[in-house]
Amino acid sequence: MSRSKNLAVKYLVAAILFFGVMTLSGLMSAAYYIQPDFLFGLIPFSIAKMLHIDTMIIWLLMGFMGAVYWFLPDEFEIEPAGIWAAEILFWVFVSAVLVVAATFVLVQWGPSTETTLWLVQQGRKYVEAPRWAAIGVALVMLVFAWNVVGTALRARRITGIMAVMSVNMVPLVLLYLIAFPKIDNMAVDLYWWWWLVHLWVEATWEILIGCIMALAVMKLLGTSRKIVEGWLYVEVSMVLGTGILGLGHHYFWIGTPDYWLGIGGFFSALEPLPLLGMVVHAVYDAGVHRMKTTNRPAFYWTLAEAFGNFLGGGVFGFMITLPQLNLFAHGTQWTVSHGHFAFWGAYACGVLSVCYIAMQEQRRLAVVNGRGWVWAFVLLNGGLIGMVGSLLVAGMAQTFFERAIGGSTLEAFIAGQENPWFVLGMYSRMFFGLIFTAGYLTLAWNLLALGHREAAAVAQPAPAE
Amino acid sequence: MQYDDPKFWRAGAISTTVVMAIALGMLTVDSLEAITPGGSHVPPYSVINRHIGYAYNGRLGRDMPVIGADEPLFGKPVTETEAAAFMERGKLVIQSRSCINCHTFMGNGAYYAPDLTKAWLDPAWDTWMAITGADTKEEAMVRFLMAPEQYATWLRKMPNLGISRDEAVATVAYLKWLSSIDTNGFPIHFGRPQTSR
Repeated sequence: MSRSKNLAVKYLVAAILFFGVMTLSGLMSAAYYIQPDFLFGLIPFSIAKMLHIDTMIIWLLMGFMGAVYWFLPDEFEIEPAGIWAAEILFWVFVSAVLVVAATFVLVQWGPSTETTLWLVQQGRKYVEAPRWAAIGVALVMLVFAWNVVGTALRARRITGIMAVMSVNMVPLVLLYLIAFPKIDNMAVDLYWWWWLVHLWVEATWEILIGCIMALAVMKLLGTSRKIVEGWLYVEVSMVLGTGILGLGHHYFWIGTPDYWLGIGGFFSALEPLPLLGMVVHAVYDAGVHRMKTTNRPAFYWTLAEAFGNFLGGGVFGFMITLPQLNLFAHGTQWTVSHGHFAFWGAYACGVLSVCYIAMQEQRRLAVVNGRGWVWAFVLLNGGLIGMVGSLLVAGMAQTFFERAIGGSTLEAFIAGQENPWFVLGMYSRMFFGLIFTAGYLTLAWNLLALGHREAAAVAQPAPAE
Repeated sequence: MQYDDPKFWRAGAISTTVVMAIALGMLTVDSLEAITPGGSHVPPYSVINRHIGYAYNGRLGRDMPVIGADEPLFGKPVTETEAAAFMERGKLVIQSRSCINCHTFMGNGAYYAPDLTKAWLDPAWDTWMAITGADTKEEAMVRFLMAPEQYATWLRKMPNLGISRDEAVATVAYLKWLSSIDTNGFPIHFGRPQTSR
């Protein structure tokens, strides 16, 4: 295997390991809602929650990088430019994540000085990593961009997919710079912070996963490049056409002018369209190929990606995106329900699909199938949908009792959290969280055992087209 | 190797992205002007010298902050520079203690503890003055922030985050200023329950 593919496997393995940390810290976060004294005085809720969402970002990012390093040599038929730097930075990246996680757990917070922001944490959701580590992530992103763009330049040719990916590297790197400044005015701080969070997650990441899934579909189903690239351009038009000003749905209540209510509401209501397009494309391709593939888990995770993105990001997002409802539902467990479903559907399923594609080629398996992946697929998706439903019930109760009736004060907040529907939602979320965890363990075992336990014919990897 | 790109869709992708990016740029210039302290939606930091309320505005059809008569924090008026220093320190406290990972600000953050956008205006502080033995709301807030584990609000307790008095004072100043921002009516009818439970 090429150096790039070896690096890809390392990134995918690291992604799956951090997926486990995310799952464990998610269970911890859920436990505080049921048992408020859980680890009190040792690890506060905030730390478990930081670990949960930060490792989610990290494992998905590592999964994307693994996917790109996997497909790069196939696209250009040469080793990526600067692969040596990427190999070194992989270990730097993993070490930095481990040191940051240890700092979160052991140090937790510091005095109100810039030193705390440099060494302990920055206290900004999703980008809590202290600045020293954020510099490391920026460096990793820069080298990643160089690997993609530099390889295209060295190969003196470019495909449509790689052109989209290369251009996408520019905002991917630039937007991350918003992770650094400390802005006193919270309205301005949140304004730029949403550029990072929304335009990364609902624009650049969507494009990146779109490119990755385009490559995956060609590999899995042998779909023609012309069709895939045509769809990718349509996706880009619709994702950025709706998503850039769809940013406005985060500007309803942060102090920005009220024209954002109309702009944000209108464009984010259109945001499900590209996701619906993905579903249509997936169903069409699956039908044309009569569901025939040599890698069923990868194929099913691709389908889960299309449906999950549409339902979790599109439908569940649409439910709370109009300002008339968002005024009540914003910042409740309803948002959490949407967040879980959207990240799972939009990104996690895609990364898992690539894991199976890579494992098939790395272990030279003619066919990937069996019962293990089916159990993992059912437990993970069942657990996730159960958590999403539980959080939805809790969120609706909170929206009604805390916001619509209570007036959002401390007393109203407590009334909402003590409402029986809310409490039921929290217990139910924990139950489905345990099912999800069982799914994770089955997945990890299945990826590890693939080709070792199951009878599989040794064969050459399937052709790309 | 040449591939036959669907050029029509590629041109569409490029032009849509450029148009939307330009629109976002223009809106950003206008929005930043509105949310700069002293702009149309965000009062200057020295608003902490005034009484701040929150009331329904019939003309706009939503709740709005109402800036009233003089009511200096801790009874001591501050200059704009001193108020800015409070904001710098207060924001550093909020970030260094990771408040946003339990609470929400303007609805953004975690959901384990109450939203703090209008915390300054919460009627519960009247009760907390008695609980903490403080004469004023701001003093009650300071005492709570310095030793939250002693004043358990409910089953969920806020942990002691080692907040010093100076840090607590700056945080209270920050929360007072935060409550004065026009957030387009969020949270709706704060402090005015719609029915009795």
